[in-house]
Amino acid sequence: MVDNPNNIEIKPGDFEPLDKQAGPDNEKIAAPSLTFGQDVWRRLKSNKTAFTSFIILILLFLMAFGGQAIYHQNPNDQEPKYANLPPKIPGVGIHGLNGHINQGGTDVDAYKAAGAGSDVHYTLGTDYLGRDLLARIMYGTRVSLEIALIATLIDLTIGVGFGILSGWMGGRVDMFMQRIIEILSSIPSLVVMVLMATAFQKTGMASIIAALAIINWTTMARLTRAQTLQMKNQDFILAARTLGESAPKIAWKHLLPNLSSVIIIQTMFTIPNAIFFEAFLSYIGIGISSPQASLGTLISDGQKNFQFLPYQMWYPAIVLIVLMLAFNLLGDGMRDAFDPKSKR
Amino acid sequence: MRKYLLKRIFYLFLTLFIVATATFFLMKLMPGTPLQNEAKLTASEKASILAQYGLDKPVWLQYFIYIGGIFKGSLGLSFQFSDQAVSYLIGSRMGPSMQLGGQAMVVGVIFGIILGAVGAIRKDTWADRLATVLSILGIAVPSFVLAILLQYYLGLKLGWFPVAGWEGFAYTILPTLALAASPLAETARFIRTDMVDVLSSDYIELAKAKGLSKFGIVYHHALRNSLIPMVTLIGPLAAALMTGSMVVENIFSVPGIGEQFVKSILVNDYPTIMGVTIFYSALLCLLLLLTDIVYGIIDPRIRLSGNGD
Repeated sequence: MVDNPNNIEIKPGDFEPLDKQAGPDNEKIAAPSLTFGQDVWRRLKSNKTAFTSFIILILLFLMAFGGQAIYHQNPNDQEPKYANLPPKIPGVGIHGLNGHINQGGTDVDAYKAAGAGSDVHYTLGTDYLGRDLLARIMYGTRVSLEIALIATLIDLTIGVGFGILSGWMGGRVDMFMQRIIEILSSIPSLVVMVLMATAFQKTGMASIIAALAIINWTTMARLTRAQTLQMKNQDFILAARTLGESAPKIAWKHLLPNLSSVIIIQTMFTIPNAIFFEAFLSYIGIGISSPQASLGTLISDGQKNFQFLPYQMWYPAIVLIVLMLAFNLLGDGMRDAFDPKSKR
Repeated sequence: MRKYLLKRIFYLFLTLFIVATATFFLMKLMPGTPLQNEAKLTASEKASILAQYGLDKPVWLQYFIYIGGIFKGSLGLSFQFSDQAVSYLIGSRMGPSMQLGGQAMVVGVIFGIILGAVGAIRKDTWADRLATVLSILGIAVPSFVLAILLQYYLGLKLGWFPVAGWEGFAYTILPTLALAASPLAETARFIRTDMVDVLSSDYIELAKAKGLSKFGIVYHHALRNSLIPMVTLIGPLAAALMTGSMVVENIFSVPGIGEQFVKSILVNDYPTIMGVTIFYSALLCLLLLLTDIVYGIIDPRIRLSGNGD
């Protein structure tokens, strides 16, 4: 024991075998095992901004699709004598929600001026035709969301299908398909949409959805193609091929699940984009037309009276902005949640 | 390099050709003629007006005349302004649009870089959060809402800037701000993400170890490396500016191309719609081509080649 500076003698008798049963089981996995989905959900929940956005989106969807079950006003009922009434909630005294309006510096009870009884009140006021603004906003939000969701679904189908096919086939087919994407994406998207919306002439939901679907899928196709190219030479695909799985089945069972995160993230950014373009088209007058409403038409109508009745534009604008914010923030959060590198 | 350029230019013309063809036939599908007060016109008057626009010829001949005209710089006659050439209409309205677009691009990119850089350097502090909120708002608030708000609050209520019109520099400020929001937000997000990556790389560690000042590191090493991929943003930003200009010019009554485009859509002035479409596409294609060339020059890692992706 020359090398031992402390002169400690270690004999075999100093060691005793540890009872395997008594100690902690090293093989046991302490944390419950999580599926990929559960893991993403857990990480999403820990991201406060994204989770708040998620809750806000659920509330907005509930308001848009289920709001009329609680709030029974018809969005198209006109009441000309009660036109342009400001918001009034009974029992609330705050200016802006008490039915009073500032006219030339003096505070006027607009409901009294219109000859409305004390039982008449509109939660968010009325528009220039005396239609209930809250009902119209709920209706408009629904139309906007429907357009965006359907258009995104079509985008998704075309984009993912095109991308997988292009990446999988490779060679000349891929070259040709890539050129199509290249050409399509060097045309300003708005111009295509305007053309489509004018070409379908009957402006309305169908033409906007078609216009949105035709142009927006190229990004999705690019992303899925890049991923497919990366994956198709990996071993699990080779294994599936060796086992004699058909190409469509490989695409469906092996490629698609692995593409899901890319697709979901991209979808989260496609939806607000679609909402924005719909609002834009409706705003310049080639989108949804009266008596239908969307957030774009509501903002465009509200703008005319903005100087005197700012609430008519503010409320639909706020809904639109919150919708865009929530989708963008949730998309950011999802990108982090799906990214295995950001695991903490 | 030359092979690559030739190929790109070929695709540019192919794209424009497809755009022109698609636009032409879409417009032909639509009802509507240049005839105003159609009911009052006699048959011979109608015929002479149709002849003036070349609409008396068969569609395929009209198509060849139109495509041929594009090569000579002619885009046909406007329906709305009966004897004005569309190319003249676009030319005379190009100035204000280009000025606004250019100003918005400069303002947006410069402030976007500053905002993004501050966010990345002061990561996870209040400054970063503020920058993030600002840039996400820039994306979430549509340009037409922002334009209306700016016009009302800064123009009408506070009276700092003219409300609408086009008579001097002061008139360009509000539209520029409204247009700049979206490029600003995009740039800030892009720069922040990129700089966070760059700032954690080894050569920044080295620069720190050498004892360079914080500003020196950010300016000489981080920012410069983040700016290179920024070049790829120019195309999307330009497209966003075109979209924005349509409503912003309309709201501030700026006599630009975007305003004309919206007007033409509303009155079904097909030749003008077609002309502006082709013009916008050409502009975007050229910008994309320039972007790729510039990118190849400033980033030696990227080689422009005739084959592959």
